[in-house]
Amino acid sequence: MVQIANRQRHLHPLPVRIMHWLNAVTIFIMITSGWKIYNDEVLFGWLHFPEALTLGKWAQHGLQWHFFGMWILVINGLCYLTYGLVSGRFRRMLLPIRFSDLISTVKDTLHLKLAHDDPTKYNAVQKLLYVGVISVGILIVISGLAIWKPIQFSELVALFGSFQNARLVHFFCMTAIVLFVVVHVALALLVPQTLVAMFTGGPAVDSQPTEMQHKTAS
Amino acid sequence: MVAKPPSKSIFRPPGGVDQGFLHENRKLIEKIDRRRILRGSLSLGALALLGGCDPSENRNLQSVLRAVSDWNDGVQALIFRPNHLAPTYSVDQVVIPPRFNAHYDIEDVKPVSASTWKLELSGLINDKRPWDAESIYKLPEQEMIIKHICVEGWDYIGQWSGVNLREFFARIGADTTAKYVAFHCADGYTESLDMASALHPQTMLATKYANQPIGDPFGFPLRLRTATKLGFKNAKWLTAIEVTNTFPDTYYRKEGFNWFAGI
Repeated sequence: MVQIANRQRHLHPLPVRIMHWLNAVTIFIMITSGWKIYNDEVLFGWLHFPEALTLGKWAQHGLQWHFFGMWILVINGLCYLTYGLVSGRFRRMLLPIRFSDLISTVKDTLHLKLAHDDPTKYNAVQKLLYVGVISVGILIVISGLAIWKPIQFSELVALFGSFQNARLVHFFCMTAIVLFVVVHVALALLVPQTLVAMFTGGPAVDSQPTEMQHKTAS
Repeated sequence: MVAKPPSKSIFRPPGGVDQGFLHENRKLIEKIDRRRILRGSLSLGALALLGGCDPSENRNLQSVLRAVSDWNDGVQALIFRPNHLAPTYSVDQVVIPPRFNAHYDIEDVKPVSASTWKLELSGLINDKRPWDAESIYKLPEQEMIIKHICVEGWDYIGQWSGVNLREFFARIGADTTAKYVAFHCADGYTESLDMASALHPQTMLATKYANQPIGDPFGFPLRLRTATKLGFKNAKWLTAIEVTNTFPDTYYRKEGFNWFAGI
């Protein structure tokens, strides 16, 4: 057990804010360029994304953006996961997710008495959504690798069943992320202090010593 | 050869280095652009947020995006597993006829006459005597039933026969330590492969599809077929092969597609 020194920390430390906004821009690039690539060979005949919402003049430019953005997405994502795991942020803020808490959060929401006076604590639905979108983020990268290199990483394609299945998984992960972004942005605008916190760092959090499960060689 | 000195701004004034120069001096540009990627990427993100005006065609952005694409070529070469075989399929899964795709419609295909056709050889090859269709079709055949995967996202299973490229290289005394293999086509299309991909066991000069000579729209009398590249790398209606250490630019790369295009 290692104890982190008692000191005032912001709700969102600087590295989290940097990674958040870098990710926001990258997700925007990946989704809009991905829609351009999708439009070239649609999975569903009834679904074409409006050209005005796509990035890149032609398919090759969409591909250029996508394979540019993937580096930032993956490197930034790995930094974020490492930070979240090593600092204890994930464990502190996203766990545990209890079923009973989920029920009561949903009840409170339906009774319009959901408390959001304390932005430093996530409710069970928030926790579930954040854990969910992080998982989807990992899955979209894995399915993306399978689509990018279906022969070199044929083992990954086998995981999804086929190349076309990997494309479907990639598409549904995108859909999930878009839905998340819609809810995430809408709620951030409804409770603006959460949006401000992602710029300023937010309120100082109780500087209880963070327990970390570091297995240090001692 | 004197390159124009780079200006201080990452958004250089018009009249700077043109695209032709970028293509001809690929290696040089890579060196310059790598240092600019980080700086450029900041403005890329900002510009991307200005929805409505698409920045992809902007010359400076193109040079950054293409530099990343060229850098991705190197990454793909590292990922490439020379002896890892692509999955193969059974005869009943073969799609007949194959799916046509080119940068023009199937009606505009100009069939190649086997009687006048020749395959020219150039570059680092000992025996540069040209080949006619009859001799090419007499070579020992390899068969593979593999997936054709298009950069657009579709795929189909095809049954290809022809001479293994590595064996053909041994026959003509090609220098397999060279870096690139360039292909020229009857319709003016150009393609090139890295040597490692050219020597992959599932890379061939295909003469037949589903045990019949390849149809006119699909590359008769000779086309490239490799299991480890996207569809557009599989050049049709081959007329010349060159083994070289000088990077041979390609039709699709000039259009902005990734060159290595490995799968």
